[in-house]
Amino acid sequence: MNILVLVKRVPDTESKIRVAPDNRGIVEEGLNFIISPYDEFAVEEALRLREAKGGKVTVISVGREEALLILRKCLAMGADEALLVKDNNPETFDGLRTARAIASLVEQKFPDFDLLLFGKQSFGSDNAQVPAMVAALLGVPQVNVVVKLTIEGREGVAYREIEGAQEKVVFSLPAVISAQKGLNEPRYETLKGIMAAKRKEIPMIPIEELGLKAEDLAPAVEILGLEPPPTKSAGRLVQLPPEEAAKEIVRFLREEAKVL
Amino acid sequence: MILVFIEYREGKIKKSSLEVLAEAKRLADELGWEVVAALIGSELQEQTAALWGQGAKKIIQIKGDGLDQYSAEKYTHYLEELIQELRPEAVFMAASAMGRDLAPRLAGKLKVALASDCTQLKVLNGELVFIRPVYAGKALLTLKLKTRPQLATLRPNIFPLSEPQSGEGEVIERRIANPYSGPVAGVEEIIREEGAELDVTEAEVVVSGGRGMKGAENFSLLRELCAIIPRSAVGASRSAVDSGWIGHQHQVGQTGKTVCPNLYLAFGVSGAIQHLAGMSGSKVIVAVNKDPEAPIFKVADLGVVGDLFQIIPPLKEELRKALSE
Repeated sequence: MNILVLVKRVPDTESKIRVAPDNRGIVEEGLNFIISPYDEFAVEEALRLREAKGGKVTVISVGREEALLILRKCLAMGADEALLVKDNNPETFDGLRTARAIASLVEQKFPDFDLLLFGKQSFGSDNAQVPAMVAALLGVPQVNVVVKLTIEGREGVAYREIEGAQEKVVFSLPAVISAQKGLNEPRYETLKGIMAAKRKEIPMIPIEELGLKAEDLAPAVEILGLEPPPTKSAGRLVQLPPEEAAKEIVRFLREEAKVL
Repeated sequence: MILVFIEYREGKIKKSSLEVLAEAKRLADELGWEVVAALIGSELQEQTAALWGQGAKKIIQIKGDGLDQYSAEKYTHYLEELIQELRPEAVFMAASAMGRDLAPRLAGKLKVALASDCTQLKVLNGELVFIRPVYAGKALLTLKLKTRPQLATLRPNIFPLSEPQSGEGEVIERRIANPYSGPVAGVEEIIREEGAELDVTEAEVVVSGGRGMKGAENFSLLRELCAIIPRSAVGASRSAVDSGWIGHQHQVGQTGKTVCPNLYLAFGVSGAIQHLAGMSGSKVIVAVNKDPEAPIFKVADLGVVGDLFQIIPPLKEELRKALSE
């Protein structure tokens, strides 16, 4: 199976996010960057499929050269090849632009792909757009927010999370799948893998060389501003015997908060 | 015109779709536009009252074989056809599991940008402005869309319903002209989780447990509270989920779900930054924790320092009394 996995470099999810003075982006200084957590499930799933069925796993990222670090991590986990679409733009929050770049790359370099795997959303833009947009641009079926995946021959079965339930979805390859937590438990890199990944050459293609028109590369989203969220101030703190505490909670909910 | 895609499952219109309709109507009034509701499938019939009530001027019902079961590929195809014909200024839908799957596919097909999961919409100088959380709620992004139609999904439980209006408009039935023939990912079966009727993202009250719950068996205490409180669902912190005490579909926070219920009741949840990111938008927060220094108290409207195992039993009684009155 020819599997492509799309990964993104994002700030560590535990980090404190500070808005930059120009209100257009965040302060990157002092932030630790990681592979977006859902993307890691996608990489792991690709490796497991390859181990079971054979084939090749190529990890791809769109971003600045710093993203080479997360590509190396994926190689160290066991991916066969990596490729960077070099894009020096700061975060555009525009999923369409990224999706166009990916679809164009896939059409040119990987026309015979079987499976395109993504995380269900990246931490940061939190758009959850790119997988479905790429699927639409390529005209292939999609299953998003997947917690279980099996593939037999050219047919796949995926369980996708919806409100209070799961949908069992059947599809044929090629297809786009986006991973949700619960799909698997990602492996750690091995020392051997890390050493091999260091020596591996990672080709880079500038985003401008994917054959996209200038207007397609211009973001279709206009950022008017980025702000810290309004802070919620702490309310009252009480310490009472259990029965009293229970009464106080209900009294508060009825009389003050008026939610009961 | 704002076209609102109305979602229904098992013959019932989703409340989140009505919320979108109500917000679309508020914006359309400001802009001098009208609101048209679009549905796909045949089950609807008697539920149009709710759509007129929230401000729909017209209802378009797309009918055809095999449309009752959702498929992103088919629904995209038929909505695209409708959009090419009606040329709406904007297309909105709920940021539900379906909306989050369908809207980006539709955007990709139409080659337009999408504002996902908006929590506030405004009109500024005669133009739509979209506000949405990014970095898991650690920042708010305000944006405009340069492409048309302007496509957006609206987060459930944020936008209020309007006082229902009376009056009816026109219902237009559309039969499918060109059935979709491309490859489809088809839903074969929907598997419901035992006892979980409401998802945490849809619940009006979320009763959440953290590390302080001490084990899987104790989550039954929270389920008992949910049995008493209408429209409630059980939530959990990442550490409770990672300990295997409850399924990850209950997880609230950065690698789980973002919720904004009317009431968030947190038991034994310390309030790690990534948990707060997923729930601090709740309208009212009440937290019970043994540790008076727990960060959850920084966002709680009422914080109770104490042992949840001692507080929940009398709380059940008090809630039962209060809710039966």
